[in-house]
Amino acid sequence: MIRQLASIIWRDVRQSYASGGTWLPVIFYLSAATLFPFAVGPDRQLLLETGGGILWIAALLATLLPLDRLIQPDLDNGIYDQLIVRGLADELIAFARLISHWLAFGPPLLCAAFLASGLMGLDGPPLVTLLASLAIATPALAGLAVMIAALTAGLKGAGALGGLLLVPLAIPMLIFGAGSLSDPSGSALLFLAAISLLLVAITPFAAGAALRALRE
Amino acid sequence: MHAYANPTRFLALARPLTLWSFGLGLLLVIGGSIYGLAYAPADRLMGDSVRILYIHVPTVWLAMGGWSAIAISSIVQLAWRHPLAAVAARAVAVPGALFTALGLLTGSIWARPTWGTWWVWDGRVTSVLVLFFLYLAYIALANASSEKGGVSRVTAIFGIVGAINIPIINRSVIWWNSLHQPASITVSGSSIDSAFLWPLMVNVVGFSLLFGAIILMRMRMILAQTKVEARLKRMAAE
Repeated sequence: MIRQLASIIWRDVRQSYASGGTWLPVIFYLSAATLFPFAVGPDRQLLLETGGGILWIAALLATLLPLDRLIQPDLDNGIYDQLIVRGLADELIAFARLISHWLAFGPPLLCAAFLASGLMGLDGPPLVTLLASLAIATPALAGLAVMIAALTAGLKGAGALGGLLLVPLAIPMLIFGAGSLSDPSGSALLFLAAISLLLVAITPFAAGAALRALRE
Repeated sequence: MHAYANPTRFLALARPLTLWSFGLGLLLVIGGSIYGLAYAPADRLMGDSVRILYIHVPTVWLAMGGWSAIAISSIVQLAWRHPLAAVAARAVAVPGALFTALGLLTGSIWARPTWGTWWVWDGRVTSVLVLFFLYLAYIALANASSEKGGVSRVTAIFGIVGAINIPIINRSVIWWNSLHQPASITVSGSSIDSAFLWPLMVNVVGFSLLFGAIILMRMRMILAQTKVEARLKRMAAE
């Protein structure tokens, strides 16, 4: 079973890097980060104070981009039916999708955040906190994305609907993630880690239940 | 519970129940509001603005109660495939969103003279705002995934996941100690003077009955729509 899961994850990751879909959220992330100084002016102090929060919002928006490509193509090709026939549980398939999506989404986003924080003038401890908070949160963002993609698979206007569904569920992470930048004690990061763990634990079950409901 | 999976049996109960709870609820809300607005004393600190709370508290309680009802019927729908649970969840969504909006609105009007601002980013206020967005998302998903009858199974899953927010709202005044006061009424008792408590309790019961009546009406409407649909299909086939 572990070998099966590993091969599914490997296949998904290879596919998303090969198709170039991985770079779309990254480019979007960088361009969103570039828009902000244009809008409020390149005041160094202002960018330093608000840059972390802006980069967090950009990360949330970048999460929304790949929603329609996470579940739908494999569902159309009947891949999930094949896996179910082989005796894999829906929850395991969803969990494998979470891991493969994170591998294609998390590390590139962290690289982009590193670049973008240079644009915002973030340096030293705030930069470390920002990267740590994003590293903690991206698995949960990937889990939410997989769950919402499974819930909206096959619906009309799934992309816009997915955004509507995902944003309220991601607000707690935004609060603690962006809050960790102005919290030297580090307790906001711990809260963020707790929420992230909870979501990583819950979302495969919800996504698996959605995949099962789709077959009926 | 399964006896009422039969819509005919459910409707036989729902028809008189709608009438009674609507009439009684309306009577209590009118009575409680008139008493609260005209006869109850003004608060020492808040003055007359305390009277808004006779509307604010019941609506926000029902906003949370509405999502709890959605979560419970979603579990019943997924676990026992009870057909009426899916209908009930769809019936609750729109009134629930409306009550959440009313709660936010009355809270905002109350906050202007009391806190000196229309809006604060306080834990309680923010989590109720998130609840409002969750309601809107739920309605959009329900309408996109099945246009008529009960909500689809994916909508039910979203209803259960969204219930995470309910304990957060409940605990928010304890976790984030900020402007919104902690709970005055708990299971073990109340710290409110009986002069304020009585009209509040009358309104809570009245609004709950009205909420129940609206849900029953909407459930009957959804059932009637599916019946019309089925009949039209049968006529077209003949």
